[in-house]
Amino acid sequence: MAQHQVNYASSGGLPVALTTVDHLVNWGRSNSLWPLTYGLACCAIEMMAAGGSRYDFDRFGTIFRASPRQSDVMILAGTLSKKHAEFARRLYDQMTEPKWVISMGSCANTGGMFNTYSTVQGVDRIIPVDIYLPGCAPRPETLQYALMMLQKKIRKQSANMNKNTKQNLRLI
Amino acid sequence: MRKYVPKDSVQKKAYYTDRFHVVPSTPREKVDSDPVYAEQLEALAAKVEVKSSRIELNCMVVEINHEDNFKALEVLKEECGYAVLTEMSAVDYLAKDGNFEVFYQMLNLKEVKRMRLVMRIEQGLAVESAVPLYKSANFAEREMFDMFGIVANNHPFMKRILMPDDWEGNPLLKTYPLHGDEFASWYEVDKIFGKDAREAIGPENRDEAKVERYDSKRFSRVGYEVPFGADVNAENETETAIEYSKTFLVDYNKGDTKQLKERK
Repeated sequence: MAQHQVNYASSGGLPVALTTVDHLVNWGRSNSLWPLTYGLACCAIEMMAAGGSRYDFDRFGTIFRASPRQSDVMILAGTLSKKHAEFARRLYDQMTEPKWVISMGSCANTGGMFNTYSTVQGVDRIIPVDIYLPGCAPRPETLQYALMMLQKKIRKQSANMNKNTKQNLRLI
Repeated sequence: MRKYVPKDSVQKKAYYTDRFHVVPSTPREKVDSDPVYAEQLEALAAKVEVKSSRIELNCMVVEINHEDNFKALEVLKEECGYAVLTEMSAVDYLAKDGNFEVFYQMLNLKEVKRMRLVMRIEQGLAVESAVPLYKSANFAEREMFDMFGIVANNHPFMKRILMPDDWEGNPLLKTYPLHGDEFASWYEVDKIFGKDAREAIGPENRDEAKVERYDSKRFSRVGYEVPFGADVNAENETETAIEYSKTFLVDYNKGDTKQLKERK
């Protein structure tokens, strides 16, 4: 026979869970990180693979959005050219707070092998970066790991973003 | 535009060049040796002044004056059957000869022949656009303008194609440094944050991929390990035995062994 009433006595007391606002908000934030679909070069192929069914980003609550207005994370996947730097910064500015940035791959981290006049030597020159993911190109597992590290970081932070210490203050 | 300073090249050169390497020269034949080419050259010479001509690697190369380029291309397209302009661009010979070489690489699909029309042009002069004859010249001439600064007259849309519109300098010139000049190195900072942000953001940190053998802070040499930051030089460098983890070096021969009489 179906039990219609919760048996409080056997379920460990009252149906109340105690938590903090920080914990609750960060639980929500970290488990629904929506990245901006922003592939710049070959790293984007690995990012797509990470989003596909085999590696399945959806199980982290990570669903790629095609608009900066709806995203929380910017995954800069690939070589950022100086011509494109302006647009990358504009997309970052269009994202709503709170927002995080993953710099994916050697080219985004330091310019990588493109030690030339036309490549931005590290996206942290124009955008504050939270997670640097090394590799050329990083495998989808490592992008998952980077995202999990970002989740960890978010859970450690205060829900009030103004209280968090910010790196790259000059860029914010 | 910056003033041109005659230098060989400020672009990065190969760090190793073979002193005894001689670039093999390809055999050059006279155009008379091929009847099809000879006929085409005759048609061309009737309209424009041909400065030199040869056949090199099954490809006719004809040099003309740069003023005649449109007329020559017209002849080649209408009379000689070169329907395709495969590629056109320029080569920087400013340091060597004081001029650019502009070339048009063309393909005749009917007779399966290729030819290259070359001409020398001084810096600052413009060529006549080939767009009315060949649509593929549109992007090629824009690229030539972007990379070398050679303008094509009567081009429908003379604008940079690869670099941003507000870029300074022409990157494919030999005088253009590979790592970019002052303008290039601050381009994205100036554009996004303004020139005032230069100091806060700092100059570009370019990785030269240099390995310092005696820098014990950033590098560690296998077999010559020293504590972090220790002072090492060629004299006090001592070889240390490579230590392997015990868990990797398992001696499988140690202990009792059992030999099977027959296969299980």
